[in-house]
Amino acid sequence: MQWMSRLPRRAWLLIGYAAAAAALFSAPLYLNDFRLNLLAKCLAFAIVALGLDLLWGYTGILSLGHGVFFGLGAYAMAMHLKLAAGGSRIPDFMGWMGLTKLPWFWEPFKSFAFAAAMGLILPSALALLLGFFTFRNRIRGVYFTILTQALVIITVTLFVGQQAYTGGTNGLTGYTKLFGYSLTSGTAKTMAYLATAAALLAAFAVCRHLVNSRFGKVLRAIRDGENRTRFLGYDPAYYQMAVFAVSAGLAGLAGMLFVLHVGIISPTMMAIVPSIELVLLVAIGGRGTLIGAVIGAILLTQAKSQLSASYPDFWLFLLGALFIVVTVFMPGGIVGLIRQARQAILRRRSENEITLDSIVSKSNGVV
Amino acid sequence: MEIWISQLFNGLSVSSILLLIALGLAVTFGLMRVINMAHGEFIMIGAYGAYMTQQIFKSALPKSLFDAYFPVALLASFVLAFAIGYLLEVTLIRFLYGRPLDSLLATWGVGLMLQQLARTIFGAPNVAVSSPTWLDGGWALMPGVVLPYKRLFIIALVAFCLFAMYLYIYRSNAGRRMRAVMQNRDMAACLGISTRRVDAFTFAIGSGIAGIAGCALTLIGPIGPSIGTYYIVDAFMVVVLGGVGKLVGTVAGALGIGVFNTLFEWWTDASLGKVLVFLCIVAFLQWKPMGMFAVRSRSLDG
Repeated sequence: MQWMSRLPRRAWLLIGYAAAAAALFSAPLYLNDFRLNLLAKCLAFAIVALGLDLLWGYTGILSLGHGVFFGLGAYAMAMHLKLAAGGSRIPDFMGWMGLTKLPWFWEPFKSFAFAAAMGLILPSALALLLGFFTFRNRIRGVYFTILTQALVIITVTLFVGQQAYTGGTNGLTGYTKLFGYSLTSGTAKTMAYLATAAALLAAFAVCRHLVNSRFGKVLRAIRDGENRTRFLGYDPAYYQMAVFAVSAGLAGLAGMLFVLHVGIISPTMMAIVPSIELVLLVAIGGRGTLIGAVIGAILLTQAKSQLSASYPDFWLFLLGALFIVVTVFMPGGIVGLIRQARQAILRRRSENEITLDSIVSKSNGVV
Repeated sequence: MEIWISQLFNGLSVSSILLLIALGLAVTFGLMRVINMAHGEFIMIGAYGAYMTQQIFKSALPKSLFDAYFPVALLASFVLAFAIGYLLEVTLIRFLYGRPLDSLLATWGVGLMLQQLARTIFGAPNVAVSSPTWLDGGWALMPGVVLPYKRLFIIALVAFCLFAMYLYIYRSNAGRRMRAVMQNRDMAACLGISTRRVDAFTFAIGSGIAGIAGCALTLIGPIGPSIGTYYIVDAFMVVVLGGVGKLVGTVAGALGIGVFNTLFEWWTDASLGKVLVFLCIVAFLQWKPMGMFAVRSRSLDG
C-alpha cells in the first residue's frame, strides 16, 4: 500500500479514468458482435443512471418517471429511423390505422439534426414544465415521486392509445438505415457503440463538472437541508428545475442511443417497471457518486441480460430482493461498501500510530 | 339524462374502490411517512384469499351453502392481508422509518416478490371468482338505467368500512393513540404510548383494508398476480390530492378522481381522459400544494 500514496489521489483518479476510457474504446477489438451490442446497451443505461444520480444522489429528488424521458428520446430517434426506412412512403402502421398523409409533427423528423435535437429538447422541456409546476410550490419528496409515477402511467396510456401516431403497443421498429448506411452491418454497429461510449464519457465529464462546481454544492445543500438553503438566500426551485431538466436530457440522449442498438422502442420500455429499474441501477452502484451510477448500470444490465432470459421467474425474485437488500443494508451501494472497507483498513492501520486524526475520529465515533 | 346518471354511478363506483384502496395508504403514509408500494399486492392477497375461500367452499361444503362463501371470504381476506401486513411491518418496514424514499423502493421490491410468489403458486393466467347468486342482476332505477347489485354492494361495503374506520380513528382509544402519534410522535412516546405497537397495528389495518378491497374486486372481474398495479398509482394520487391526516380528505380525493376520470373518459377517450385528470391534479396542487385537507402543523418540514 505504501507505493500508492506516493502519487497524489488526483493523479490516480486520472489514470483510472484513462484506463477505463481506453478499455471502453478498444472494446470492439476484443468483443464479438453480441457482447458489443450488450455493452452498448449497458453504456446507454449508464448515461440515464448518471442523470438520475445527479437528481437523486446529489439533490435528493427521486424520480420514478425517467422511463418517460428515456422513451421520448428513443421515440424521437425512432421516428427519424422509421421515416428513413420508409423512403417517401408513410410508415406502415399509419397506413393500417387509415392515415393517408404524414401527420404534421412527423414531418420535421425527416431531418436527423432535428430528431437528435428533439431527443434532447423534448424530455428536458417536459421535465422543466413539470418541475415548474411542482418545485415552485414546494411539492417535494414523496409527493413529487408519486407525481412522476403518474406521469409514466399517463404517457404510456397516451402512447398506446394514439396508435395512429405512435404505433401503439407495438411501438416503432423495422429500421434499416441511418445516413444511408445499413444499420445491420458490423461497421455500423461498431460506430454506434463508439458513439455511445463517447456520449457516456462526455456525459460523465459534464456531470463531474456540474457536481464539483458551485451549482453542485447548492444541489447537495438542497439535499441535506432544503429549508436551510432557502434561508441562505438560494431559491431551491430553480436549482431543482435545472437539475431535473439536465437529468431528463441525459435520459433522452440515452434513449436515442438505445434505439440504435436495440432497433425497437415500445411503450412497455417506458412503463413503470423499467422506470423503477433505472432507479435501482443508481441505488446498487452507489447514489451520490457518479462512478457508482455507471458501475451499477453496467453490472445490473449485464446481470439482467444473463438471468432474465434463462431464469425469468428467479430474476423477478432476485430483482425484488435487490431492492430490499440495497435500501436496508447497503444504502451506499457498491461504492459505499468499498469505501467502508477502505476506511476499516485505514482505521486499523492508524490504531497503531496515534495521530491527531485518529483521536478526532475516535471521539467522533463515540458521539 | 339516463346516460348522465349511469356515468355518475360508474364514477361513484370507481371512486368507492379507489377509496377503499387509498384508505389504508393514507393512514400508513400519514402516520409513518412510509410509502407502501406493496399495497397493491395486499389487494392481490385479498383477492386470492377470496379465491381460495371459494375453492374450499366448492370442494368441501354442500352446494346449498355456496352463496354464503362471500362474507366468509371478506373476513378471510381481511385476516390474511392483516397478518401478512403485520409480518411485513415487523420484519422490514420498521427499519425504514424516516426514510420515505427508501421505504418506497424496498416495498416495491416486496411487491415484486409477492407478485412473483403468486405467479408461482396460482399460475400467471387470471383466475375467475364466480360471485354469489344473490348479487346477480340489478336495480332498475328508471327505464334505461340499471344499477348492478354488485356495484351497489361494493359502495355499501366501502361505506361500511369508512364508518368503521371513522369509529376506530375518532371514537376509540386505539384511534386516539394513533392520532397522537401521527401529530407528534415524540410527545406521544413521552406520554407512554408505545409508538412501535401503534405503527405495527396501523400498518396491519391498512393492509387488511386493502385485502377487503381485493375481495371486492373479485366481484368485478377476473383476478391475476398483477391486479394491484392497476390501482396503486391512482390510489396514491388520491392521497396526494386529498391530503394526509384526515379521513375526509381521502374521501374527497377518491370522489374527485373517480368521478372526473369516468366523465373525462366518457367525453374524450380512455387515454386522453387519464391525461386530463393528471393535468387537473397538477393544476389543483398549484392552488393547494398539500392537498384538499391537510393537517396544519407548525413544523417546517412536516
